[in-house]
Amino acid sequence: MLLETARPATRRAHHDLTAAQAERIRRIRRTGAYLLLIVATAVFVLPFLWMVTTSLKSDAENLAFPPQFLPDSFHFENYAKGWSGNLPFNSFLLNSVLITALSMVGNLISCVLPAYAFARLRARASGVMFSLMLATMMIPREITLVPKYIMFAQLGWVDSYLPLVVPEFFGVALYIFLLRQFFTTIPQEVIDAARIDGASELRILWRIMLPLSKPAIASIMLFSFVGNWNQYLESVIYLRTTEKFTIPLGLAMFSGQYATQYNQMMAVALITLMPVLILFFIAQKTFIRGVTLTGIAGR
Amino acid sequence: MTAISLGRRRRPVSATRREARRFHLFVSPWVIGFVLFSGGPILASIVISFTKWSLLRPPEWVGLANYRKMFADAEFWNAVSNTFYYGIGSVALGVTFTLLLAILLNQPLRFQGLFRTVFYMPSVVAGVATALLWLNILHPDYGLINKLLAMVGITGPGWLGSTEWAMPALILMSVWGSGNTIIIYLAGLQGIPQTLYEAAEIDGAGWWRRFWSVTVPMMSPVIFFNVVTGFIASIQAYTLILIMTEGGPANSTMVLGLYIYQNAFVYFDMGYAAALSWAMFLIVIVVTLIQFGLARRWVHYEFK
Repeated sequence: MLLETARPATRRAHHDLTAAQAERIRRIRRTGAYLLLIVATAVFVLPFLWMVTTSLKSDAENLAFPPQFLPDSFHFENYAKGWSGNLPFNSFLLNSVLITALSMVGNLISCVLPAYAFARLRARASGVMFSLMLATMMIPREITLVPKYIMFAQLGWVDSYLPLVVPEFFGVALYIFLLRQFFTTIPQEVIDAARIDGASELRILWRIMLPLSKPAIASIMLFSFVGNWNQYLESVIYLRTTEKFTIPLGLAMFSGQYATQYNQMMAVALITLMPVLILFFIAQKTFIRGVTLTGIAGR
Repeated sequence: MTAISLGRRRRPVSATRREARRFHLFVSPWVIGFVLFSGGPILASIVISFTKWSLLRPPEWVGLANYRKMFADAEFWNAVSNTFYYGIGSVALGVTFTLLLAILLNQPLRFQGLFRTVFYMPSVVAGVATALLWLNILHPDYGLINKLLAMVGITGPGWLGSTEWAMPALILMSVWGSGNTIIIYLAGLQGIPQTLYEAAEIDGAGWWRRFWSVTVPMMSPVIFFNVVTGFIASIQAYTLILIMTEGGPANSTMVLGLYIYQNAFVYFDMGYAAALSWAMFLIVIVVTLIQFGLARRWVHYEFK
């Protein structure tokens, strides 16, 4: 009963606010929003800052208590020591660059062509194939992990880059889907006009579709780069010889060998994060467009 | 006359056929890839799951033995329950936390782009490097978190070294890396008509009421999407667990994906690993179907 009568009263009170009061409430609310965002930012950023400061600490500061947030002097030598210590990070870097570059080229060629076919060429099997492709996106990769390993082992490809690179030349369902969606938005008249001028399909694809689809291509290339650069599971399954290791394997090895050498570990980890961080800051919009197009962060 | 009409009738047919031939040519990279690296292996996986195969000796047909073994395998059930623990924990925390952040970000504030960058960045750089960072932060003696706790007089838990705290630690880490869902939420929030909020405000609804009666129902399809894809992703997110705990201590972070990896590439029991991967598939399907079933109760679709 009390509640029943109270409610209209507060409602009226809310309406009777003076402009000054309303402004004050709005300001308080905005300050609250900023405060919450700043706290959240601290939670998200602090680990990165800790990474940077740790990488510059001396061995003693690294283990000090109470924790020392800033080192007394910057020990940049941690970077050189970690990088050219017992593990050949230069070869890891070279291997990672090689695998990532080849995979990106493979992804580009093998996704653009099918995407164009699904978007612009008619064939009876098209619908069935497209549904089949979407279906494979829902099946966990763990199911193919064992048969693929057996196949590559029988081919004698274990401890080589072939199992990591060759499949990248045969299409990635997610990327084909993303590109196909983008290709369908390009006006048919543009393509028809080119056809009437006698352009071949490859020429249409190269001269018209690709230039008009730069944002989508950039998205899949970014996803491909980050995915291959960070790729761990398959590398750990297929690569055996230390000299053939990639950066992620090298980092894991480092942490296994020097478990608490955190200053050097963070230094090396930061070096390997640099390409991804720089790309992220340059191409943030492209990442975001890719995520909103597919709803997936490309993994 | 007849020749021309014949030609006319034939030309579209051959043009269609030429187009179909081009379609098959262009789509062939994916078709080959499908046969060799997904469709083929999927079929092979079914067959392998009925064998005992260590790769050192030829495979031996064992019928349903692997599946029978699975039902009696306590480690398998432990892995399943850990998978749900991790999945439910990381999705529940990640989905609500990022929704709140997205709502905050959707206010007309300054530095919006900067905040978005900050929240999104960890999910992009997630990999071995950030796993090592978290190993450092979570270290029981030298880690940032326990040092901070010790400064206010609290003895922090052993985190990754403790059977009780290892999983919560991994879940916290996954929330840190779930900022990509903020972008999907933001796209959804921008689709809510402002007039709904204005109408609610005229009716005297406070911010809490507007959140529950406007934002949540209008966002429910997006939340649903993030829950479904988030859970599937969590089942497959065992690479970081492999690096950080290898399933330990005492199997407390042994999730199903890791158990598959271990059986295949540590014990070389290919048949059992294949059978386990089908159990994982079944879990994905069942959970997704349940979520779709529940969705009817709470997901609100706007029909215009």
